[in-house]
Amino acid sequence: MGRVEIRAITKLFGEVRAVDHVDLLTNEGEFLVLLGPSGCGKTTLLRMIAGIEEPTSGDIVIDEREVTHLPPRMRNIAMVFQSYALYPHMTVFKNIAFPLRARGVDEESVRKKVDWAAGMFKIGRLLDRKPRQLSGGERQRVALARAMVREPSVFLLDEPLSNLDALLRASAREELRQFQRRVGVTTIYVTHDQVEAMGLGDRIVVMSQGKVRQVGTPLDIYQWPADTFVATFVGSPPMNLLDQGDTLLGFRPETFLPADAVEGSEGIVTWPFEVTYLEYLGAERLVYGNVGEKSHARHVAARLPGSMNLSIEAGMTYPFAVARGDLRRFDKKTGLALPGGTT
Amino acid sequence: MSAPAHAAPPPHVADYGGITDREGALAKLMIAPAVVYIAAMIGAPFVLAILYSLSDATTGDPALRLVGLQNFRAALADPVFRMSLRNTFVFTLVSQTIVILLSRILATALLKNFRGKWLVRFLILLPWTAPISLGTIGWLWMFDSIFSPMDWVLRYVGLLGTKDALFGFQTNMYWLGIPGLSMASVILVQAWRILPLATVIQLAGLSSIPKDLLEAAEVDGATPWRRTLMITIPLTLPIVSIAFLFGVVFTFTDLVVVYVLTRGGPVHTTQVLSSWTFFKGIEAGDLAQGAAISLFMFPVLAVVAVFILRLARRTEVV
Repeated sequence: MGRVEIRAITKLFGEVRAVDHVDLLTNEGEFLVLLGPSGCGKTTLLRMIAGIEEPTSGDIVIDEREVTHLPPRMRNIAMVFQSYALYPHMTVFKNIAFPLRARGVDEESVRKKVDWAAGMFKIGRLLDRKPRQLSGGERQRVALARAMVREPSVFLLDEPLSNLDALLRASAREELRQFQRRVGVTTIYVTHDQVEAMGLGDRIVVMSQGKVRQVGTPLDIYQWPADTFVATFVGSPPMNLLDQGDTLLGFRPETFLPADAVEGSEGIVTWPFEVTYLEYLGAERLVYGNVGEKSHARHVAARLPGSMNLSIEAGMTYPFAVARGDLRRFDKKTGLALPGGTT
Repeated sequence: MSAPAHAAPPPHVADYGGITDREGALAKLMIAPAVVYIAAMIGAPFVLAILYSLSDATTGDPALRLVGLQNFRAALADPVFRMSLRNTFVFTLVSQTIVILLSRILATALLKNFRGKWLVRFLILLPWTAPISLGTIGWLWMFDSIFSPMDWVLRYVGLLGTKDALFGFQTNMYWLGIPGLSMASVILVQAWRILPLATVIQLAGLSSIPKDLLEAAEVDGATPWRRTLMITIPLTLPIVSIAFLFGVVFTFTDLVVVYVLTRGGPVHTTQVLSSWTFFKGIEAGDLAQGAAISLFMFPVLAVVAVFILRLARRTEVV
């Protein structure tokens, strides 16, 4: 249970292609993250899976059943909204019971299931409160419990952590991941936060301008970006791209290090690195500067571990290098990755 | 030498005590015109009405000679007064129930986007912008005993004027001439008049519901009917109540519709407290009686006002 298949989905808002011919297939019990900048169509895609938005063309299949034109209540999905969308006039108990009562579950079972869901998210003592009496973290738990309670075959989550403060977000992320593993329900999670995406996803779908740019594990996405968009959207600072005529040469800032610190079985590539600016961030040091001939794309960043005690000053030039195995090449015109990374 | 920190403030700071810097005094000054206005235009007439109701004043002799509760006793003994009292409640409650139902339908329709929405909105608001008396005169023609266009339509579609027509064999309905029908006509016009205000209020209420909530309910499996019952109605209840209570106040005290359409007739079957007050106190000249009748409206309006004030504090949705 819990396979979502998206076939050639397109959604037009007037002239705007919000979602442009997207194909996608989830694995059973998978945690799939839709990642992209705001306006890339990820939320629209999620809303079409939920049934709140109707696609302009294409099909949605959930558990072998075509649901493209079915209303949300006939899809057996649950969704957590960015705002949580708790019913403000109902107590926490009634909020969680709402999906059950909407399906005509008898009161005895409603009470049991609500207690079970509340126990799972440790909100048993909040059942008599109204949403406005809850903190952000508590609201998020209530929203999850409400989505959970009727055991859907697919969970849809629309940036559920974005309203939490940074500290809470980290612990909520961990809890969410553990909870998803425990119940094993296929989950589609929308976020614009790459840290969330990398940390949570079994696989990540990177979207931009309504199109899927790459689908892959966090490792794939980071190590082998399919194009320059993914290369620069994922990672902070983003992948360095050096202009080399017809191609762009890419390497991650943490692979760009002082020449004597770099080793590579396939050899290394060394450049004189003209340092312009430094940021000391505690655990690491970011060094910005220019390499190679004067051209448009020669500004790069290096990320040095904080433990590397090396004196570097702005205005000086140092020999820096990248292992050949860490180099990626992209077509300058199309932006697509070229096979075989090394020069 | 004393410490310079404790020295007197420089001279130009000393003259700060102007009225514009003293918020307490400024607030009183700013609110004064409103207080004076309410005292002069509402407080004074109200006190005067109480005094008149306890006197035997007439328009010819407005001198105050107190006669106790005699006017109230006389009013209660008067069958026309009792009928007006009953009519006022019927007129108000029925018209406002219609208004709340229709305005919810209109507001729901106006939430959606469709071609010509601006025109529909304009037409709905039109009755509110027209002077009441002019609008009501328009209706007077519509209800005309001989030339009523509504009768033409009914005759044209065969509901009136033939032997086995639904509304009878007579050629006209006589909207304002038959007791039950005249009350229905007055109620219809009053509902038409209040509808725009109620629609605007309901529209504000409906659009204040976050879209997420309705979508969440949809995903949670609620049918459209259940969403309305469990989400929309409870969340808009405070603001709908305000629309209802405003309508009650406007209708309970209204004189124009009844005065223009029926003058309380036929045989006082559409007489309401405000029109009876006017006929008794002004046209018939018995100021004291008129004042006493009008004061019967006070307890109802006071209760409604309390409800409005309490609801206004609760209208925030989240």
